[in-house]
Amino acid sequence: MKYESQKVAYWYILAALALFGIQVLGGLLAGWIYVSPNFLSELLPFNVIRMIHTNALIVWLLLGFFGAAYFLVPEESEREIWSPKLAYIQLVILLVGTLGAVGSYLVGIHGGREFLEQPLWVKFGILVAAVIFLVNISMTVLSGKRTAITNVLLMGLWLLSLLWIFAFINPENLSLDKMYWWFVVHLWVEATWELVMAAILAFLLLKLTGVDREVVEKWLYVIVATALFSGILGTGHHFYWIGLPGYWQWVGSIFSTFEVIPFFLMMSFAFVMVWKGRKNHPNKAALLWSLGSSTVAFFGAGVWGFLHTLHGVNFYSHGTQITAAHGHLAFYGAYVALNLAVFTYAMPMLRERAPYNQVLNMASFWLMTGGMAFMTFVLTFAGTIQTHMQRVVGEYYMDVQESLSVFYLMRFGAGAAVVIGALLFIYSTLVARRSEIIAPGSANPVPGE
Amino acid sequence: MAEILTKSRARNIFYGGSIFFVLVFAGMTVQSHRYVVQTSTAGMPLSEEVVRGKHVWERNSCINCHSLHGEGAYFAPELGNVTTRWGVQDSPEDAFFMLKGWIESQPSGIEGRRQMPRYEMSDEDIRALSEFLRWADQTDTQGWPPNDAG
Repeated sequence: MKYESQKVAYWYILAALALFGIQVLGGLLAGWIYVSPNFLSELLPFNVIRMIHTNALIVWLLLGFFGAAYFLVPEESEREIWSPKLAYIQLVILLVGTLGAVGSYLVGIHGGREFLEQPLWVKFGILVAAVIFLVNISMTVLSGKRTAITNVLLMGLWLLSLLWIFAFINPENLSLDKMYWWFVVHLWVEATWELVMAAILAFLLLKLTGVDREVVEKWLYVIVATALFSGILGTGHHFYWIGLPGYWQWVGSIFSTFEVIPFFLMMSFAFVMVWKGRKNHPNKAALLWSLGSSTVAFFGAGVWGFLHTLHGVNFYSHGTQITAAHGHLAFYGAYVALNLAVFTYAMPMLRERAPYNQVLNMASFWLMTGGMAFMTFVLTFAGTIQTHMQRVVGEYYMDVQESLSVFYLMRFGAGAAVVIGALLFIYSTLVARRSEIIAPGSANPVPGE
Repeated sequence: MAEILTKSRARNIFYGGSIFFVLVFAGMTVQSHRYVVQTSTAGMPLSEEVVRGKHVWERNSCINCHSLHGEGAYFAPELGNVTTRWGVQDSPEDAFFMLKGWIESQPSGIEGRRQMPRYEMSDEDIRALSEFLRWADQTDTQGWPPNDAG
């Protein structure tokens, strides 16, 4: 840790990890209700549990992004954060808002637009927190050194905050409601968040591999260019069947096919940088998470996204378990794993200690990644059968669901592995103090040296 | 390639291209907005009752079990075409009674079957909700879903 104010990131990461725990436990509960539908049905209905599962995810990922920004911007700008105090105020607002939202969901007070169910005061709280963050981080960057990494990171964070305004716009016309709702949902995860992801990944690779900054930054601009060129009009793949004009079927199909490219580039970028890099950084777990994130993002967001994005396919698969399969692997690979990569990289520095408990951390990577992959496969099978029976043959929804129960049972098992992995990650990051179980090998000799 | 695509060129392509796509997207959004209002949802007036029904839909977070035009959770049946499935799309009265009967018979309590909670609603709210569902069903969704099963 080079700058004192980077310490702010520690508290953001702690809060993020706590919510991560809540999120996966909520997911496990929801997965169990698929297996045993009467469980909690009177006390805590499925819709409330699902709101907690999805909202906790979104908030902890954002907390992770904010924490990552507070950690990496001082190093990039070569100066302290403009106001650590404001950063703490921002965190308190976000935590009060989050606890307030969870509390009000439990007593049945919520909105009804998916993922944006937060009560209005919480939405305003998020807006205020975002403004505080943007002012704080922009002042830091403007008075320090500017790099491509901070440029892209800031642009991503500014744009995603601006898009939050659409969370307040809820037209009475359902089709318009849906169209503007996607301005937040799609343009976050398939455009602006990709900018944040690419910038953080570039920072990690720069630190972990020691590759020349010029090379990293050129890659970064190419990646984010392909992300926005494909992602903006790629929004069209959500506009096929909600009452919008038919031309979106072609625009959406073509541009969302290109959405695979930035994820392919990010994966290639990560591996090429590691091959080219000459640094033997001791934090191997952070490297594993960085490579893992870009790889799983390519499969989850890229391949599984493409799987059902063409309008001819989507006509049959829209709103089935295929979507759920894609959603889980894409979020895990692109945003969960990336956040865990930053946490793994930053936490030893923030706590001023080594070793990194790398073996436990890496075990948690394989548990979570294996669990998520298995979950994705079984949901894809379930979705394929559902698509055929319901959309092609025309059998009723509930009848079809009953024939999918074996997949939901396997999904629960996969989910349990993910939860164990998540708890192991939290334990290895925060609690474990024992020195490394397996001593790290000596540095690979570089040819010619 | 290294000489042609310098970092500053890559940056300029990124900024310039992004602005271009944002403008194209904004233009298409304006056109789509008009199309929704004038064409695809114009088959039935957006009455006060429909708007109230949308609020009932939101207040009870129906979207976190059901899907509507294929969006939402996938835990319970699609409702974008439910009035067609029930054969009540053309009759407000039938839609109301059908929905009221359904809501008031929940939860079914059948062991091993997904449970819909019991929502205490006034007749006005139920009527608003059934009008909202009829309104959603009349939307021109490019022929989706493929069949009445939803």
